[in-house]
Amino acid sequence: MSVQRARTPWWFVLPALALYAFVVLVPSVKGAGLAFTDWDGLSPAKHFVGLGNFRQMWSDPAARGALRQTLIIAVAITVVQNALGLALAMGVHSLVKSRFVLRVLLFAPAVMTPVVTAALWKYMLAPDGAVNSLLDGVGLGSWQQNWLGQGNLALGSVIGVIVWQFAGYSMVIFLAGLQSIPAEILEAAAVDGASAWQRFRGIVLPLLAPATTINLMLSIIGGLKLFDQVWVMTAGGPGSSTETLSTLLYKNAFQFNEYGYSVAIAIVLTVFVAVISSGQYGLLRRQEKAAAR
Amino acid sequence: MNRYTARTLLREILMVAVTAVLAFPLYVLVNLSLRDPRDGSSVIMPTTSPTLRNYADAWRDAGLAGAIVNSVVVTALSVALIVVLAAMAAYPLARVTARWSRWLFLLVMLGLLLPFQLALLPLYQTIRDLHLLGTLWSLVLFYSGLQIPFATFLYVGFLRAIPRDYEEAALIDGAHPVQVFWRVLFPLLRPVTGTVIILNAIFVWNDFLTPFLYLSGSDQQTIPVAVFGFLGQYVSQWNLVFAGLVLAMLPILAVYFLMQRHIIKGFAGGLKG
Repeated sequence: MSVQRARTPWWFVLPALALYAFVVLVPSVKGAGLAFTDWDGLSPAKHFVGLGNFRQMWSDPAARGALRQTLIIAVAITVVQNALGLALAMGVHSLVKSRFVLRVLLFAPAVMTPVVTAALWKYMLAPDGAVNSLLDGVGLGSWQQNWLGQGNLALGSVIGVIVWQFAGYSMVIFLAGLQSIPAEILEAAAVDGASAWQRFRGIVLPLLAPATTINLMLSIIGGLKLFDQVWVMTAGGPGSSTETLSTLLYKNAFQFNEYGYSVAIAIVLTVFVAVISSGQYGLLRRQEKAAAR
Repeated sequence: MNRYTARTLLREILMVAVTAVLAFPLYVLVNLSLRDPRDGSSVIMPTTSPTLRNYADAWRDAGLAGAIVNSVVVTALSVALIVVLAAMAAYPLARVTARWSRWLFLLVMLGLLLPFQLALLPLYQTIRDLHLLGTLWSLVLFYSGLQIPFATFLYVGFLRAIPRDYEEAALIDGAHPVQVFWRVLFPLLRPVTGTVIILNAIFVWNDFLTPFLYLSGSDQQTIPVAVFGFLGQYVSQWNLVFAGLVLAMLPILAVYFLMQRHIIKGFAGGLKG
């Protein structure tokens, strides 16, 4: 045993470590440092401004708006995408003859390139697009909207598109969880007279806790970092109604030459992701343990 | 309760209907891509005289041929590097119980927490200073480094569950530890290698922001960047744009439908860690 332990090639870790340090660790530390400067990204001049960038964020309506939209998107996606994913999973879990075909079709959007699906939806939601044509075709012409052209509606549309693309992803993870629930337990409960809803609340949902944890973590982190779809569909507009921290960060770094400020935004985003995801993880794990007891 | 009852039939009909509604945008996509731009009929009706003209035009104008080759090269190289480096790193991290090994594992796991936005801008400068902007190497370097924590995490979890007996038997037979890893352990890691390949290939293939930044101003493109440029160029010519979108989606959808069982399992299983 001890001979083998000594002979495990410790240097196997070096190539991965070097690349990881070069791409992630060192730039992250540098990035954190730049957040306390006024650097514009181009000129050699760089001044230490302390917490100036963070104070600027606090009073900058654009940053406060982006933070608000980012949180709304993350929470809305987490709730709606997973509720729909769970419903789909329950629907195609068992017995239904076409279940294998339906699963493959329902998951397909999740592997599609976000830029491509966003472009497709940009058209679907245009004033003369397919959604409005469809509404007109079924006699709901009065429901037609400029889906991406009005503030709150645009935000809702963006959320809807993300849910459309990733509900199948949530479904697949819930399905993996459902498969681990022994059919005998559910049958016994049914024999004992538990209704379908009671079986769902009392047995299925608690036993799905690990799958729920993974799904909630993935969707909240994905929602907080959202960029591609927003950039293609609205670029943050109309006005700044769909601006997120990621799009604001991009604009400051590469369009407004506010490099130091953009890194400060990145740090705030980092803190939000770290705090929310670890807090959520702790909470969910406690519930998992309570459910297992 | 394992019988196909009337309620099951109802559920079947409902699920087919829901799937049809969710697939509606894809129907519109294909339908319009086959339509002559002068055809003014409703977008929801099937096209009466389909044409492939849009496809020919989109293929010519979007520069998709080069973009597909670039995407394949970047994805293949990145995924190969991730698999080899992460599997190697996982070996000592899973087997050595010394304190340095535990600390190093935590340091690598820190990468799961750090959003890449923090490193994005300083790394952009480093890549620029190394004159790698506009090259595919910049992307391969970026993806390999970025994805090492997650892949290492999966490999370490899997390796810890493999008993040491296999290695010990080979070592007693006089094999070199490096050989033991590649000949004995690495083949045993096949299921997790599959998951690592699937998750990373789809992530790298679909990523937009990184190539958008690192390749901008050069004549190199990946598929998402080519699509984005194409969109800006042909703003309202939707028939043409949609043909381009279908072409851009075909490679990944073809792979998905050919390997759907493995891919769905990869997504569902890998995330259980």
